[in-house]
Amino acid sequence: MASKAEPAVRAGDVALGSMSKDELLELYRQMVLIRRFEEHSAEQYAFAKIGGFLHLYIGEEAVAVGAIHAMREQDHLVTHYRDHGYALAIGSDPNAVMAELFGRSTGTTGGRGGSMHLIHPERNFWGGYAIVSGHILIGAGIGLALQYQEIDGIAVVIFGDGATNGGAFFEALNMASLWKLPVVFLCENNLYAMGTASEYHSAVPQMATKAAGLGITSEIIDGQDVLAMYEATQRAREYCTAGNGPYFIEAMTYRFRGHSLADPETYRDKDEIEEHRADDPISLYRERLLQAGKAAQADFDSIDAAIELVVDEAVEFADKSPWPDPSTLRLCLRRRVLARPAVAGFDL
Amino acid sequence: MASTLAELEDMQRRAQEAVAQNEQGEREITYRDALREAITEEMDRNKNVLLMGEDIGAYGGSYVVTRGFQEQYGRKRVIDTPIAELGIVGMAVGASMAGLRPIVELMTINFSLLAIDQIVNHAAKIHYMFDGKFTAPIVVRTASGWGQLGATHSQTFEGWFAHIPGLRVVMPATPKDAKGFLKSAIRGNDPVVFIEHSLIYRNRGLVPAGDYTLPLEGAEVRREGTDVTLVSWSRGLYLALGAAEELAEQGISAEVIDMRVLRPLDTETVIESVRKTSRCVIVEESWRTMGLGAEIAAAVQEHAFDYLDAPVGRVGSIEVPMPYARNLERLVIPGKDEVVAAAKQALA
Repeated sequence: MASKAEPAVRAGDVALGSMSKDELLELYRQMVLIRRFEEHSAEQYAFAKIGGFLHLYIGEEAVAVGAIHAMREQDHLVTHYRDHGYALAIGSDPNAVMAELFGRSTGTTGGRGGSMHLIHPERNFWGGYAIVSGHILIGAGIGLALQYQEIDGIAVVIFGDGATNGGAFFEALNMASLWKLPVVFLCENNLYAMGTASEYHSAVPQMATKAAGLGITSEIIDGQDVLAMYEATQRAREYCTAGNGPYFIEAMTYRFRGHSLADPETYRDKDEIEEHRADDPISLYRERLLQAGKAAQADFDSIDAAIELVVDEAVEFADKSPWPDPSTLRLCLRRRVLARPAVAGFDL
Repeated sequence: MASTLAELEDMQRRAQEAVAQNEQGEREITYRDALREAITEEMDRNKNVLLMGEDIGAYGGSYVVTRGFQEQYGRKRVIDTPIAELGIVGMAVGASMAGLRPIVELMTINFSLLAIDQIVNHAAKIHYMFDGKFTAPIVVRTASGWGQLGATHSQTFEGWFAHIPGLRVVMPATPKDAKGFLKSAIRGNDPVVFIEHSLIYRNRGLVPAGDYTLPLEGAEVRREGTDVTLVSWSRGLYLALGAAEELAEQGISAEVIDMRVLRPLDTETVIESVRKTSRCVIVEESWRTMGLGAEIAAAVQEHAFDYLDAPVGRVGSIEVPMPYARNLERLVIPGKDEVVAAAKQALA
């Protein structure tokens, strides 16, 4: 781990000072969008409009919003399956995301992928993946492609604390470090691998220790602080694009809801959850902006009201959307035998 | 049963020459050199084609397919990787999604088990699950085979991969097919598992010079006959061709089919042949239980039941982990005599 001197200023203060009011409020808007979207999703799940699993991002919003805000157009994103927040933060249409949860033809993958496999190709969001730690290699591989094609971008790969115990994690970090790939490994440490607390699943309490063993520079960040997340990801981005190799961020966060909506939460008690709810990333951010005089309560109120409409509309859109056409069942199983002529750059 | 390796190789060579006699105006080169031609031609054609694998650079590749390539193309395009099959394939999947054309060499198919999550859960799913918006055009080259290598290094897993929708699985027997299929696999947009065989790298055959591609589908009738259909692929083809020669001496006319591509599986060619011969024997080096032979036999009974004059025969390995001792190993792997016996039983 990189040794960290006591910061002269509070994490996030530089961003707080440099961002415009609109930009600061945009971060607030995204977090509230994710929060409300997830609350509505839970409700629709209860109505059986959404099937299978539903992994809510409530409590962890600042990680996605802060990190993705630091990404540029030429950067790439690969994440785990708790992915609604990433899709919304990177600019997916909430209607399409909700429709995907409903399994409708208007969803981000037309109902093919479902809630764990959201994508947003326009911003190089290559998807949520549902095999724990497997996608870390996909992200590292995209980093390899960026380096190979000499593109000035980074790959950001997001995973949980539980994924840092899998073989794919170590294989990806080793090769990324060995080959100095421009990859930001962002570990969302929400203290649980599904329902197993980190003290029972990891030999070391901080996952960044594992990255340090492979020679990767890392830092541990308060993942409930959206501005701190933004600054850390910016630092990571600069480090990677300067050719220094990968960077590891461990964001300390907490999931306010169960692992999925099928989770009886027998592994943690209510007091613990209440304690962490005091660190709600949205209210913390609201307080910070108010205290800094960067926004007024009326600003938040109008955003909150607007988001309600957006999410209500998303539910209505999804519910009215047609099911996938059964005649499409076998489409996209194979591509043409021969590809188009090779072209330089990204061939999508 | 063949008694020595030399005999086997001699048998293969003679059978191979029988195949080659039908071709004119092409050079006779080894299976290994056919692969080398395919790789170098595609690397020259498209700068996004790169090789990744264990000891493929300085060492030259375990089966010497890539010898000299690192000197020729540099370390950037011929990457010696750690011994981490999951990692190699996963990185290649990510890199391929982002525009590269990685050819992964897994030293032997036994080690592909370490990478099976990336092949099955990632590469095979990307195109379909993400509604056709992404592709993962990797080629995984690997080798089947045996030769006193012990229980964990003597296996034949093509059926495992042929089971998976979203993959193409190719197992060429001849140098010409090796070149044509590999070039198409590299250019194609599907993930391809390309399975070679350690005991046929030195086989020689006529191969077109220069650009030569083959569609990645379709079986091939290698010898025409009227009394019984022998079906096989890879090295098994040479057992079948050897058996056909011996059967001919006994007045039995065997038709020999080379399956070549195992997914998509061209059972139509087999069914058409059985409608003519009314008898069928499938020859595979793997264990019969849950194997490809069972799948082909099922297709034959489903579509040519009324044409069959005998149950479909299957010749495969004895169902034990491979023993090391030479005499025991020879008992496990099927030989020409067993193919002849199975054909005669079908005709009895």
